Amino acid sequence: MKILVCIKQVPDMESKFKVDAGGTWYAKTDLAWRMNEYDEYAVEQAVQLKEQVKDADLTVLCIGSEKVKETMKKALAMGCDRGAHIADEEADKKEPFQIAGIIAEYAKEKNFDLIFTGMQSQDRGSGQVGILVAEMLGMPGITTVVHFAYKDGVIEAKRELEGGVKACVKVAAPAVITCQLGLNTPRYPTLPNIMKAKKKELLSVPAADLLKVESRQDTAKMYFPEKKGGGLVLEGDPAALVDQLIKILKEKTAVLG
Amino acid sequence: MKVLLIAESREGKLLNSCYELMAFAEKMAAETAMFLVGSDSALPQYGGKLYLADVSAAGEYNPDGHKQLILDVVAKEQPDMVVFSHSSYGWDLAPRVAFALQAAQISEVVDVAGSTMVVPVCNAKLRRDVAPKTAKTVVTLQAGAFGLAEVPSAAPVVEKLTSQSGGKIEFTGYEQAESGGVDLGKAKIIVSAGRGIGKPENVAMIADLAKALGGEYGASRPVVDSEWVEHNRQVGTTGQTVAPKLYVACGISGAIQHLAGMKKSEFIVAVNTDKDAPIGDVADVLVVADLKQFVPALTAKIQAL
Ligand SMILES: Cc1cc2nc3c(=O)[nH]c(=O)nc-3n(C[C@H](O)[C@H](O)[C@H](O)COP(=O)(O)OP(=O)(O)OC[C@H]3O[C@@H](n4cnc5c(N)ncnc54)[C@H](O)[C@@H]3O)c2cc1C
Ligand SMILES: Nc1ncnc2c1ncn2[C@@H]1O[C@H](COP(=O)(O)O)[C@@H](O)[C@H]1O
Repeated sequence: MKILVCIKQVPDMESKFKVDAGGTWYAKTDLAWRMNEYDEYAVEQAVQLKEQVKDADLTVLCIGSEKVKETMKKALAMGCDRGAHIADEEADKKEPFQIAGIIAEYAKEKNFDLIFTGMQSQDRGSGQVGILVAEMLGMPGITTVVHFAYKDGVIEAKRELEGGVKACVKVAAPAVITCQLGLNTPRYPTLPNIMKAKKKELLSVPAADLLKVESRQDTAKMYFPEKKGGGLVLEGDPAALVDQLIKILKEKTAVLG
Repeated sequence: MKVLLIAESREGKLLNSCYELMAFAEKMAAETAMFLVGSDSALPQYGGKLYLADVSAAGEYNPDGHKQLILDVVAKEQPDMVVFSHSSYGWDLAPRVAFALQAAQISEVVDVAGSTMVVPVCNAKLRRDVAPKTAKTVVTLQAGAFGLAEVPSAAPVVEKLTSQSGGKIEFTGYEQAESGGVDLGKAKIIVSAGRGIGKPENVAMIADLAKALGGEYGASRPVVDSEWVEHNRQVGTTGQTVAPKLYVACGISGAIQHLAGMKKSEFIVAVNTDKDAPIGDVADVLVVADLKQFVPALTAKIQAL
C-alpha cells in the first residue's frame, strides 16, 4: 500500500505577528514554527494505517522553504518512511489552488492508495487543499474526519458536523482524507526514532518543476483587525489583579451575591 | 452581479444559515437565486427562485451528486458567485464546485468591499483582503459574520431538479452526540478550561473556581479532544452553545468556533498570558496573567468572601 501525507509548517499561533514589508503576508522572522495542528492528526493516522496493514510505504510531503525540513523530520520520527520536500521559498504566497496543483502533480502517477491532509492550515485556513487534490486526481475525498477505519480496501469514516453530530460514510480506496482535530492522539517521537529519522530519505524537488496551474486569487493586503469591544485589559501583579477583578465582578455582575 | 446561494438542510430541517446567505447578498446588492437539497415541507422564506432537489432522491450527504446538481443550476443561471456557508457542508462542497468551474474559492469570508473579500488569518489575529482573478468566484461565509436577513414572508418560486443517484461516497447515517451528564445550557456561571491549562491535573483548579462561584466548568475543544474533560462540557460549534451571566475563559485563545458557543454570555472574563489573544475581542475584562497563579488566587479570595 502507498500512502501520502501532506503537512504544512506554520507559526505558533501565540506568536507576536507582524505584517511583512510587502504588506500581503506576515513577517517570517522571530516566529516559532511547528507542524500545522491538523496535520499532526493526519500523520498519526497515516502511521497507524501503515502499522495496521504492515506492507506499506508512507511518504510525507511538504511544500516550503529549507526550514520546513525540521517539521518534516518530526513526521519521519513519528513513522513516515520518506520525505518529499517541494522546495519553495515563496510557498506562503501560493494560494490553495496552486498548492493543491503541486501536490496533485507530484502524486499523479504514483498510485497512492490513500492521501491524508489536514482539514485546514492554521495560518491560511482555507480548508481547500485536500478536496482540490482529490478533485484534481479524480479521487473521492472525505472532509472533517474524526474517525477512520480501514479494512480490505474499504474506508469507514465519520465526518464531524455542527453540534457534535457525525455523519458516517463509506468509500473504497483510493481516497483523500482531510483530518479534523481529535481524530486520534498524535504520538511524540521517541529519541531512538528521532535518531532513525535522520537516516531516512528526504529529497528536495523545486516547486517550479511541479507547478502547472495559475494563481486564481491575489492577496491585496494583510493587516490587523480593528480591536472591537474595547473591553478592559488588566495587567500587573497577580494578587492585585485578583482584587481588581473581584471589584469589577461585584460592580458589574450579580454573581458574587 | 448575480449570486447563487446554497442553502442547507439537515435531518429534514432547513438550516437558518440560508438567511445569512441572504444577508450577504443584500450587502452585495446582488440579484439572487437559491439552491437547496431539501423538501417541499421545509422551504425557506425567500421571494426568489429556488432550485430544489428532493432529499429523498439526492441524499443528505452525497458530494458528487450535490456538486452535479449545483453545476446544472450554475449552467442555467450563470451567477458571478456561488455562495456557501463555511460549514461542514459548505467547506466540503465548495472546493469541488470551484474546481469544476475553474473558479477561485475564497474561504471564510467575514466582510466584503466591492469585489474584495476579507478573510481571517492566523486564528483571527490578522485579516487579509483577497481579490479573485477569475470571472466566477466561489465563497464560503463565516457563520454569523453577516447577520440574518430580515425574513421576508414570501414563498419561493420553486423549480424542481431531478438528481441522479450514485456517487463514490456512501452515506450510512448519522451518529448523535452523547447526551446526559451536565447541562451547561442551564448554568448561570461557567468557567472554562482551554489548552493554556497545560496538563490534565489543572482541570481541578478550573473546577474549583467554578464551584467557588456556584457554577459549572466547561472546556475548549483541545481539552476535550485530549480527554481531560468529557465532551458534554465542550463549548463551541461542535459542542454546546451557552449564554450564562458570567463566562470565565481560562487559557482559551478565542477561535471563532469557540466564540460561536459563548459570545452571547452576559459578562465575559478572559485569563490569558497573551494580551493579543482574539478572546480579548469579546471579553469585558481580559486579565493578562498566568492562569496557574491567577486562578487559584482568585478562588481562594472568593471562598474567603
Ligand atoms: C470545524 C471545527 C469545529 C471546532 N469546534 C470547536 C468547538 O466546538 N469548541 C472549541 O473550543 N474549539 C473548536 N474548534 C477548535 C478551534 O478552532 C480552536 O482550535 C480551539 O478552540 C482552541 O482551543 P484553545 O483556545 O483552548 O487552545 P489554543 O488556541 O491553543 O489557545 C491556548 C491559549 O492559552 C493561552 N495560555 C497558554 N498558557 C497560559 C497560561 N499559563 N495562562 C493563561 N493563558 C495561557 C495562550 O496564550 C492561548 O491564547 C473547532 C475547529 C474546527 C475546525
Ligand atoms: N505548503 C504545504 N505543503 C504541504 N501540504 C500543505 C501545504 N499547505 C497546505 N497543505 C495541506 O492542505 C491542508 C489544508 O490547507 P489549507 O487549504 O491551506 O487550509 C493542510 O492541513 C495540509 O495538509
